[in-house]
Amino acid sequence: MILRLTAAAAAIALLVGANGALGADKPTDPQIAHIAYTAGVLDIEAAKQAIATSKNKTVVDFAETMVRDHEAVNKQALDLVKKLNVTPEDNDTSKALSQAAETKRQELAKLSGADFDKAYVEHEVAYHKQVNGALETLLIPAAQNGELKSLLETGLKLFQGHQQHAEHVATELK
Amino acid sequence: MLPMRAAILTLLLGAAPVAFPSQAESIKVTIDGLVYAPAEIEAKVGDEIEWVNKDALVHTATLNGGAEVLLPAKKSGRLVLQQPGSFDYICRYHPNMKGHITVRP
Repeated sequence: MILRLTAAAAAIALLVGANGALGADKPTDPQIAHIAYTAGVLDIEAAKQAIATSKNKTVVDFAETMVRDHEAVNKQALDLVKKLNVTPEDNDTSKALSQAAETKRQELAKLSGADFDKAYVEHEVAYHKQVNGALETLLIPAAQNGELKSLLETGLKLFQGHQQHAEHVATELK
Repeated sequence: MLPMRAAILTLLLGAAPVAFPSQAESIKVTIDGLVYAPAEIEAKVGDEIEWVNKDALVHTATLNGGAEVLLPAKKSGRLVLQQPGSFDYICRYHPNMKGHITVRP
C-alpha cells in the first residue's frame, strides 16, 4: 500500500515537477500523447492480470470494461496522432508510470482471492484518481492541438466514470 | 415507397396520435459523451426506443426490469416496450450513465 502510493506519487511528482519548477517546461503534444497512451496501456495490462486472477464476477466485469474502454480510447489516440502526423515521444513521466505499474503488478501477483480483488480495485481507484488529476491540471491545459485536447477531455470524463465505478466496486467488496 | 409516403403524411398532419391512436412510435435517444439524451422519455406500450450510440465506446441500455440492449460503438440498438411501468436504466459498463422511461398502457 505504502509502496504503491510512493511509486504513484513519484510519477506524479515527475509530472508536476517537470512543469512546476521552470514553468516553461510543459510537456509537448508528442509527450502528452505518449503519457496518455501509456497510462491506457498500463491500465489494460492491470485489467488483464485481474481477468486472469480474479474469480469475482463484479471484479472481472469491471476489468473487462477497462480493457474495452482503454483499448477504444487508445485506438482513437493512435488514429489522431497518425492524422496529425505526430510521433508520440517517450519521456520521464511515461517511464515513471510504467515503472510504478510494474512494481504494482509484482505486488498483486503475490495475492489471490479476496485479497487480490481488494488490492486491484483499490489500486484502480487510486490510479484513475492520479491520472485524472494529471489530465485536469497538467495534460489538458498544456495540450496545444485542439483535437488532442478534445480527446483528452473525453478521456477525462470517461476515466472519472471509471474512478466512480471502481469506488463502487470497492464498496461492494468490503 | 408507401410507408415513406405515410410517414411524410403523418409529419404534415402533425396529428398522428389522434388520427391513428394505436400506431406505435419510434423514439430516439442519442448517446454522446457518456450521456443519454434525452435522459427522460415517455412512451406507450408498443413504442420502440432506438438508442443511437455516437461514442467510440460500447454501451448498454440495461433496464431495472431485466431487458438489456447492447449498443456497440457508433451503432444503434432498439427495444420495443412490452409492458407499462416506470423503468430506470443504466449502462452496465458505465453505471453513472442513467436514463428513465415511463411507459403508459
